[in-house]
Amino acid sequence: MNDKVVFHFDIDGDNFTSAGEASVKIKKLLREMGFSPDTIRRVSVAMYEGEINMVIHANGGAADVEVYSDRIEIILADKGPGIANIELAMQEGYSTAPDNIRSLGFGAGMGLPNMKRYTDEMRIESAVGEGTTIYMTVRT
Amino acid sequence: MLNNRHSVTLELSKCKGCTNCIKRCPTEAIRVRDGHAIIKEEKCIDCGECIRLCPYQAKKATYDKLEDFDTYKYKIALPAPAFYGQFNDLDDVDYILTALLECGFDAVYEVSKAAEIITEHTRRYMKKDGLPRPVISSACPAIVRLISLRFPCLVDNLLPIMPPIEYAARQARREALALHPELTDDDICVLFISPCPAKISYIKNPIGVEKSAVTGGLSVSDLYFKVRAKRKEIDIPKSLSSTGIIGLNWAGSGGEATSLLSDHYLAADGIENCIKVLDEIENGTFGDLEFVELNACIGGCVGGTLNVENPFIAKARLRSMRKYLPVSGNHISDAEALADEIFYDAEIGNNAADMLSEDRMTAIAKMAEIECIYKDLPHLDCGSCGAPNCHALAEDIVRSDAAMGDCLIQLRERQKKN
Repeated sequence: MNDKVVFHFDIDGDNFTSAGEASVKIKKLLREMGFSPDTIRRVSVAMYEGEINMVIHANGGAADVEVYSDRIEIILADKGPGIANIELAMQEGYSTAPDNIRSLGFGAGMGLPNMKRYTDEMRIESAVGEGTTIYMTVRT
Repeated sequence: MLNNRHSVTLELSKCKGCTNCIKRCPTEAIRVRDGHAIIKEEKCIDCGECIRLCPYQAKKATYDKLEDFDTYKYKIALPAPAFYGQFNDLDDVDYILTALLECGFDAVYEVSKAAEIITEHTRRYMKKDGLPRPVISSACPAIVRLISLRFPCLVDNLLPIMPPIEYAARQARREALALHPELTDDDICVLFISPCPAKISYIKNPIGVEKSAVTGGLSVSDLYFKVRAKRKEIDIPKSLSSTGIIGLNWAGSGGEATSLLSDHYLAADGIENCIKVLDEIENGTFGDLEFVELNACIGGCVGGTLNVENPFIAKARLRSMRKYLPVSGNHISDAEALADEIFYDAEIGNNAADMLSEDRMTAIAKMAEIECIYKDLPHLDCGSCGAPNCHALAEDIVRSDAAMGDCLIQLRERQKKN
């Protein structure tokens, strides 16, 4: 018997209006597996913020979600510009989003802080010019 | 009279087994099996999308008939505000209300009047501290069911105040008993004139309240022809209406939200648009939004499938009707504000009907199996297997509701090989 199920989503960097779709899909799947509304909300918000980030800053990327009975692990990987100063990026209100994105209401500098807030563990690996990978765990 | 939980039903002989309805059902509640559609009762929210879509009129809304209630001593009509928008050249709602009495009703109670009272309660409720925001309107029963089924995180955001139809029914009963002490509650029937199947289902199977005070649901289309005939005979109508602009506005999308007199609202209509908005709210994308009004039908209640008139025409008529009306014809005193009786008395809860298993480990194993099957399916989402898309077929196979061989594309591939 499988003790986990793995989902893979490609995040399309060319289409800003489709950002957030993986989050919607994972929500439905988690509900069918009987996870609590609170767990589903935390996973979907963390995924959503990550997706938006990848589309704004990294021209897309990939999201892998591993679902276990006691936790959900999310890996968001992109080949974008990387984060020069992770500590600074984690500060609420700090943003490098361009103006056209801000005019849509994004770029408030709450993406990474929200991902941290809604998950139990979060780790960022990033190299300038190579890309960023974010590991998040939500425990049930 | 109706006994089942749902108003939306299938007329088997008319269904050709095409895939129009299965692909557009917002809760994936329909499958085609043995050449015709079947509706999964536990998933249907009675939104009426399939009624609109079916090219063969095989999907229909069932409702009560006025004649079914002849045994009651006292009959009260509850006309929905959308009902008024059906009539041409109407400048005074009293003609319609008087015509309803001529049709055999003993009294009328306007749902638009109840809507104005619910608006006043809601305005006061919105001032409370610590509410989960945005507060989401609970007036459209299809939306309330959708949230309990697909958006369990947002159940607590629902406005816990009873919908106007329920308030109207309870108040109408109270007034009838006060006016006619010889009557008992059992002598009275309260009949809602409904623009949609969702509100008919609400009466049979209420959500948010233990038991509805409404006895039955008639259709706007049935009553339209009866009332139109009687209206012509009326010279001077009785003075019955007390609805203002706000009450009439409730018939269309945005009417409820704008009546709260706050700028921080959103109003969306059409079930697919509503789902998108709910997904966004769940993601927490709206910062300072206070109130969200969602209507399953395009245009709001005027867009319900039991109406006779085009929703946009009905809305335009209501707009000209409200000229010279007071902003609101009904008010509550501070003493009446937010009385216990106007709140929900039953929990809405999380009714997710699509859980794979009660046991988490089993559910994960089943989901892994679904993904495995899904990978080999053609991903065309053609619907010819009877499921709305390939992923739904994979789910159905694991739930033992479909078989591996059901995919026609795969069948063709196998035949080519042989």
